[in-house]
Amino acid sequence: MRAGGIGKHGIRFRAKHAVGALGLMALGLFGGTVQANPQPGQLNLTPGVTTYSHVPYMLNNVALGVCVVIGILVFGAMFIAMFRFRKSRGAVPEKWSHNTTVEIIWTVIPVIILITLAWLATDGLRQFSDTTGSQMTVKVTGYQWKWRYDYVDYQGKPLHVDFMSRLDDQSNATRQLNSGLDPWAVKSDGEQTYLLNVDHPLVVPIHTKIRFVITADDVIHSWFVPALGWKMDAIPGVINAAWTNINEPGIYRGQCAELCGQDHGFMPIVVKAVSQEDFAKWLAAQQKPAAAPAPASTAAAPAQATAQVAAAHATQG
Amino acid sequence: MAQAAAHDHHDEHHDEHHEHQNFFQRWVMSTNHKDIGTLYLVFSLLMFFIGGSFAMVIRAELFKPGMQLVQPYFFNEMTTMHALVMIFGAVMPAFVGLGNWMIPMMVGAPDMALPRMNNLSFWILPFAFALMLSTLFLPGGGPAGGWTMYPPLSLQSASTAYVVFAIHLMGISSIMGAINIIATILNMRAPGMDLLKMPVFVWSWLITAFLLIAVMPVLAGAVTMLLTDKYFNTHFFDAAGGGDPILFQHVFWFFGHPEVYIMILPAFGIISEIIPTFARKPIFGYKAMVFAIASIAFLSFIVWAHHMFAVGLPLGAEIFFMYATMLIAVPTGVKVFNWVATMWGGSMTFETPMLFAISFVILFSIGGFSGLMLALVPADFQYHDTYFVVAHFHYVLVTGAIFAIMAATYYWIPKWTGHMYSEFWGKVHFWNSVVWVNVLFFPQHFLGLAGMPRRIPDYNVAFANFNMISSIGGFLFGASQLIFLGVIIHCVWFSKKKATDRVWEGARGLEWTLSSPPPHHSFSIAPEIHDEELAHGHVED
Repeated sequence: MRAGGIGKHGIRFRAKHAVGALGLMALGLFGGTVQANPQPGQLNLTPGVTTYSHVPYMLNNVALGVCVVIGILVFGAMFIAMFRFRKSRGAVPEKWSHNTTVEIIWTVIPVIILITLAWLATDGLRQFSDTTGSQMTVKVTGYQWKWRYDYVDYQGKPLHVDFMSRLDDQSNATRQLNSGLDPWAVKSDGEQTYLLNVDHPLVVPIHTKIRFVITADDVIHSWFVPALGWKMDAIPGVINAAWTNINEPGIYRGQCAELCGQDHGFMPIVVKAVSQEDFAKWLAAQQKPAAAPAPASTAAAPAQATAQVAAAHATQG
Repeated sequence: MAQAAAHDHHDEHHDEHHEHQNFFQRWVMSTNHKDIGTLYLVFSLLMFFIGGSFAMVIRAELFKPGMQLVQPYFFNEMTTMHALVMIFGAVMPAFVGLGNWMIPMMVGAPDMALPRMNNLSFWILPFAFALMLSTLFLPGGGPAGGWTMYPPLSLQSASTAYVVFAIHLMGISSIMGAINIIATILNMRAPGMDLLKMPVFVWSWLITAFLLIAVMPVLAGAVTMLLTDKYFNTHFFDAAGGGDPILFQHVFWFFGHPEVYIMILPAFGIISEIIPTFARKPIFGYKAMVFAIASIAFLSFIVWAHHMFAVGLPLGAEIFFMYATMLIAVPTGVKVFNWVATMWGGSMTFETPMLFAISFVILFSIGGFSGLMLALVPADFQYHDTYFVVAHFHYVLVTGAIFAIMAATYYWIPKWTGHMYSEFWGKVHFWNSVVWVNVLFFPQHFLGLAGMPRRIPDYNVAFANFNMISSIGGFLFGASQLIFLGVIIHCVWFSKKKATDRVWEGARGLEWTLSSPPPHHSFSIAPEIHDEELAHGHVED
């Protein structure tokens, strides 16, 4: 039943997606192919890579389109007025200052537009808020200034995998005041990953509904990966829930989005989405040392993680 | 004051009388609405440049990737102080100054209703800001947790007590200013100046003053709880002690959202005065304009949680606050449409105040559009706390509130000083401002959409090009404001061109019936109201 629901929305939104994308291309708002991670010169939201991420993308495109059309009409009328009704052209001011009919029209039309937008947004919000039926749970904890990931369960089985994830060494060296190092030289896998790379990424399987439970240990943080289509605040004493279901393998980068102190800009998030087979292998490698006396979370498990995601780090200093 | 007013029937006699005062008596002990209005405006201009210099530090650090100038903590102090200074030091005092100057003249009163309180409410401010700005020079530094002061982060700052007391002082000042404005408008109107004949600017201030009285105590309560959490072991916002960090956000934004409208409603009033003057046509839909302001003010109390969509609100709350927020687009749209309709069929000229007013309508609307997009919760999950939000609120506050204040300055400064400003340099200032402010803020929409979080001192190289463009716009916008300063100094002290009483051909309203500059006590004798002389009274709707 759930899968059917997702499929239905998927089809509906794909159709809207095409229409919206065409409309916006006509406006020249897209620069080339759309990427999951920030690109130089990027002008619009990423459509993202999950079963949900087209929702904010479409809503953004529709709302932007509505705003552009209203803007053209209103500002167009204003510019016409500014050219036609100039004193220098001998315009004589008219006396009227009221017209009930047009006032009703321009109150009612915006209401209709708003109802349409509200309907679309409510539908999207309803999808986002449904965290039921997940096949995996990851607990995310924000710290000043790093993230901790606890793999709680996967396919109904409890897991004991957890590690800290913090800014990679190369970015960290480069970002020191007057380091003299070149931010453009910070690369990983051919991508320029300055401040968007970590030592241990969150590895997750694709085509799996993953439930995130998000909290924090000191101050408020916010877990934000644009390619997933949302952010969620990580608040001490509060456990928030969100979900994702990633369609394509890849490395998706984000950052803490809530001011959390001096190194707020230096606690990125990297999600590495892999096939379910690769994830099973990765998980097995993680759990081997865990079968022995539980390791200090930040030491042993990440060592394994590093080996598994060597590709992501191959080009690092 | 009443006695003084009774004696000062004749301007020249009266001015001689006031020449006996020395500088200290004239400015520090003043109970005169114009002098206090001037003090507010000068203070606001000073704060505008101080807050602007903080913005220059921010834009300089963000000019290119990598940390070149400041430590991250100092960067956070700059973003925090920039906001606090601009909101509480520049925009709000500027509106109070404009209200002080213009409201008595617009409603036909001799002065404000409570002149001594007026003096006090101004003179609190320099102390409040001295207290707050001094933290930058103290061990531990200034506040660095953002102007929103979210705990627990804000409690890590060494300057909490200074900032809390400074905010208390600002709040007291604002509340007294608001009481004075309400008392003036409700009690001091000339006979025949019915409420629905008042200029829209006066209406906008009346409504704003009620917002201030309603929400400044809420802010005071919120920051007091921060203070006791930090120093007296209460746990209002500490989850470990049974408190809730989100509680602060609810209380703060219950203040904060009406605060946003406190900073824009008087701007609506100003624009509603300027456009009819330069279109030489009465404002379209006067009552609708007043009603729209009141509706926006009401709605401002029930939309606060749209600043908190990402804190994990229940679905029902997200939906309610989304719908309520979207509803604001309706009265705001009415205002924009009415301004355009006022221009339609008019006979327009484009002096500097009108140029600023027109750019206000366009650029504020762009800020309104992004505001509508931000109201859509699923989209907000992407936009929230990114540069898209930064672009949004700078469009509504810089090209909205600040452009309106600049428009008001050009519009009324000939009346205040009795001299015309330099139209040429006013236009130079306008064109520089309007071009560079867009170079500054428009690319920030793209940065936000691409996923750049706000309040970060450094960024990935993918964000480099738009940040550099934005910084260049920022430096030039900042430099353009020196032209503004020059135009004001020239107008006050050096301009040879006398202003007429009417100043602008199409100007209507009581303030234009007074001499330029107006007498010390605006209307010692209540003026006789002739409807055709009012800005709006002869309007038949």
